[in-house]
Amino acid sequence: MKDAPGTRDYDWWLLAILAAICALGVIEIYSATHGSNLAGMHMKQIRWLVAGFVLMFVLSRVDYHLILDQAPILYLIGVAALVAVLLLGQRRFGAQRWIPILGQYLQVSELVKLVIIIVLARFFADVRTDELSLRDLIKAGLLVGLPLILILKQPDLGTALVLVPLLVVGAYLAGLQWQHAAAISIVGVLLIGSIFYPPVSRHILKPYQRERITSFLHPEEDAKGSGYQLLQSKIAVGSGGFWGKGFGNGSQNQLGYIPVRYSDFIMSAWAEEQGFKGVLLALGLYMAMLLRLVQNAQRAKDRAGMFLVMGVAAALGFHVLVNVAMVIGAMPVTGIPLPLMSYGGSATLFVFLAIGLVMNVRLRRFVN
Amino acid sequence: MSYWFRNDNRLPQARLAIASYIIVGMVGLLMLGFWKLQVIDSDKYTQMAERNRVRSIPIIAPRGRMLDRDGRVLVDNFPSFSVLLLRGDPALVGYDLPFLADGIGVSLANLRDQLDNTKNLPKFQPIVIKPQATDADVAFIESHRADVPLLEMLMVHRRRYLPGGFMSHASGYVGEVSEQQIEASNSRLRPGDFAGKSGLERQYNDILTGTDGMRRVIVNSVGKEVGHLKEQDPIPGKQIKLTIDYDLQQVAEQSMNGRKGSIVALDPRNGEVLAMVSRPAPDPNDFAIRVSKEEWQRLNDDGNHPLLNRAIQAQLAPGSVFKIIMATAMLEAKTPPETFTAYCPGYAVFYGRQFKCHVYGKTAGHGIVDLHKAIVQSCDVFFYNVGQRLGIDRIAYYATKMGLGHKTGIDLPSEENGLVPSEEWVQRVFHRKWYPGETISVAVGQGAVTTTPLQLARMIGGVASGGVFQQPHLLKDAQNMTEEKFQISEPTIEKVTQGMYGVVNEGGTAAGARLQGIEFCGKSGSAQVIGYNTRDRVGRQKKFKDNAWFVGYAPRRDPEIVVSVLIEEGEHGGAVAGPLARDIIKTYYDKKAKKTQGQYTVEYKRYDFGNRPAPAAAGQSAAVLKPEEKEAAAVAPARTTAARER
Repeated sequence: MKDAPGTRDYDWWLLAILAAICALGVIEIYSATHGSNLAGMHMKQIRWLVAGFVLMFVLSRVDYHLILDQAPILYLIGVAALVAVLLLGQRRFGAQRWIPILGQYLQVSELVKLVIIIVLARFFADVRTDELSLRDLIKAGLLVGLPLILILKQPDLGTALVLVPLLVVGAYLAGLQWQHAAAISIVGVLLIGSIFYPPVSRHILKPYQRERITSFLHPEEDAKGSGYQLLQSKIAVGSGGFWGKGFGNGSQNQLGYIPVRYSDFIMSAWAEEQGFKGVLLALGLYMAMLLRLVQNAQRAKDRAGMFLVMGVAAALGFHVLVNVAMVIGAMPVTGIPLPLMSYGGSATLFVFLAIGLVMNVRLRRFVN
Repeated sequence: MSYWFRNDNRLPQARLAIASYIIVGMVGLLMLGFWKLQVIDSDKYTQMAERNRVRSIPIIAPRGRMLDRDGRVLVDNFPSFSVLLLRGDPALVGYDLPFLADGIGVSLANLRDQLDNTKNLPKFQPIVIKPQATDADVAFIESHRADVPLLEMLMVHRRRYLPGGFMSHASGYVGEVSEQQIEASNSRLRPGDFAGKSGLERQYNDILTGTDGMRRVIVNSVGKEVGHLKEQDPIPGKQIKLTIDYDLQQVAEQSMNGRKGSIVALDPRNGEVLAMVSRPAPDPNDFAIRVSKEEWQRLNDDGNHPLLNRAIQAQLAPGSVFKIIMATAMLEAKTPPETFTAYCPGYAVFYGRQFKCHVYGKTAGHGIVDLHKAIVQSCDVFFYNVGQRLGIDRIAYYATKMGLGHKTGIDLPSEENGLVPSEEWVQRVFHRKWYPGETISVAVGQGAVTTTPLQLARMIGGVASGGVFQQPHLLKDAQNMTEEKFQISEPTIEKVTQGMYGVVNEGGTAAGARLQGIEFCGKSGSAQVIGYNTRDRVGRQKKFKDNAWFVGYAPRRDPEIVVSVLIEEGEHGGAVAGPLARDIIKTYYDKKAKKTQGQYTVEYKRYDFGNRPAPAAAGQSAAVLKPEEKEAAAVAPARTTAARER
């Protein structure tokens, strides 16, 4: 294996875009927390970013084919870790998601996302027909289904949901047949419908999850619950106007009306203080990031690389879509952070590791 | 290379391209979402953010005071605290309500009612749940500010009126605005706000009412105050200066001495009301906070009608005071000629019915009576004859021209018209013809004719002023006051005023009211209580005493002051009502004489007309006058009065 990628071959444009997004995040985390007892959080976030960058670099040096070779083992480790979390994990904020590693609490499910990207890339690259057979589709579904159910058990609806687009995008690129797509769509619609239909959802969802969905549908009935969170987020965004209230001047942000304003709702704090112009910048950066990922996929040397990159794109795209739609009140509160802007160690590491995979594929595009 | 790696590495480029489009479309949709919130609906959310951020506590603007013509305070304010409930967080309110009810001593049911009654108002608007906070309430609110951040204290200004119902009908009173007023006010008024409900308080409510300020604090998401915004200072209501003379008012109030009736003193030269009394009178201080339903019902049901401002709302037969109109009409219309005389044997017969003169049964009648004697002795027979010759329509014409039968236009709400009957009127109201006998009654101020004390004061003052009837008013610098001119010839005025001079000074019906050195003139009246309209309603069986009237003025021509006195069931106008008018006019002249020397005091006491009110009452009045600031100097005379009386 001729493997001599140089620094020149890294996607510097992508890195620049990511750096800009991280900068926006750090700025807004600082603005949201500097006057409160959470002051200093931006420095922690910077440490996570640095750690993430290093991990990305390390991961990019290991040929992704070697990683894909280990997919079955990674999958088993991932599933085992999820089971371990359920059995031994730390319960924080009412959910069992964290296990201590190197003195830090890590969310296992974040790493499992990465594993699923790898496993699906390996699986779909193995499909040798141009069309995805039903048999393969079901196999892929089962591969994703097991960890998904384990994550739902934690419970962590948000992260569990992220696994779905990985499967969907992978299947689509692998040649999903339209009959299957239609069938899955119908099942999907029925599933989502049943989530919104109380007599059924009672058996599927946790009470707080149902409450989030009800309050999304009827925000006014729930002044202090998650309907309140959505409303306060919309107020923050809307009151920002076109030009924004200015750095450190958002009343919704500074006075604590925006829920978890440094993390899941950081876009709402950003939109309040920076206005629509700031939103254009942030969303523009995310769009550039995603398009750049697709471009990297198009230039991948092989199908396996393409699936890896598109898995990352699907995961990040889904994060952005669901998080931002929640901030503007178009989706219920799901607890999905905004990649690289929201404060959070595990989530940041996941993004950098995922980008590490992308770089990995890019570095090897001319080889062979 | 791994075993699974396949050789065919064609990538699905078309599908990847579609993925790009999906990404662009997705981001585009999100941007549209932000555009809607941040550009299209931005104003709405900006307001909501402000409401989150800013808690507004009103600073109540004090209501304007009322001063008398010399600048003495008649109606004032005193500070008090109301308890406000912040309703921004309904869940919290519901949870803490029993605790709050207990803490401020208001029943839970009452609080629930108040919340129910105001549930249509915006939640960010606090409501007054207890109008007057006790010291214990203040302590409770202060000590629970942190754990139950739902209560606020609101400094309000309560109205303070002079005690004992002093001038209370003219001043009126304030009360809490009703739900309807709040809705009609375009959210300018809030529950718990006060507005004038009657009298001058209502008439000049817009002037007296200030603009409330706003204390605005920034609160964080858990309701803690974290900063202040610029306060919006309240603009106090403007004070109004009245034409009332405290000294004359004081004399008038006390001279009523528990009797029912009214006194109005006017300056006929400009229409200024110098004193206005109506008794019995409620004490508006009782309404200054909240008037209970029972108390209100009691006042409304009281047979003595304490809420009625008799000066402008008592519509009663004027009795012989009406003869001034008859005399003027006779001389002006020359019907009968001025040399007309009548023989009074104590009664006269018209249209087959006997009409008595007031001396009937006491003397043998007035004998031969000419106009002058008829006014001085108030001979009914003479005026029966005059009335018969003039006819009702001419009487009505003159009465109307001299200000009866319609509102005087005084700056008080709810003034009554009184009534001047005419052929047209009976036709319109009763659909019948006028009986000639009715004219005979009207000629002596009985029958259907009714007037208010104010109308009579204005009428007499106008006649003595040569036919200039000024619009009465209580506001010192009232604008757009009109005068009604009714040309009365000089000889007529001379003869009529000579007659009224005789009433007091030539052994007439009010001879006891004579004043040394002052051209005190007037006309008495003793009128049957039961008016034309009420006779059937009340029934005839009950015996009513006559109402006593006296309208006095000085000097004889172009008077400076005219006083109309009504004592209900006082029986004898000249003897009972006359001295009251005299005292006020005496006070006016005393004051005028000594004012230049700067040491004026009221000395009405030396006249003896029955029981004096307890001096303590006067002392109290003065004590309340005493308090405030600038007017302290001006108050001095009143205090002197009180001191003397002790």
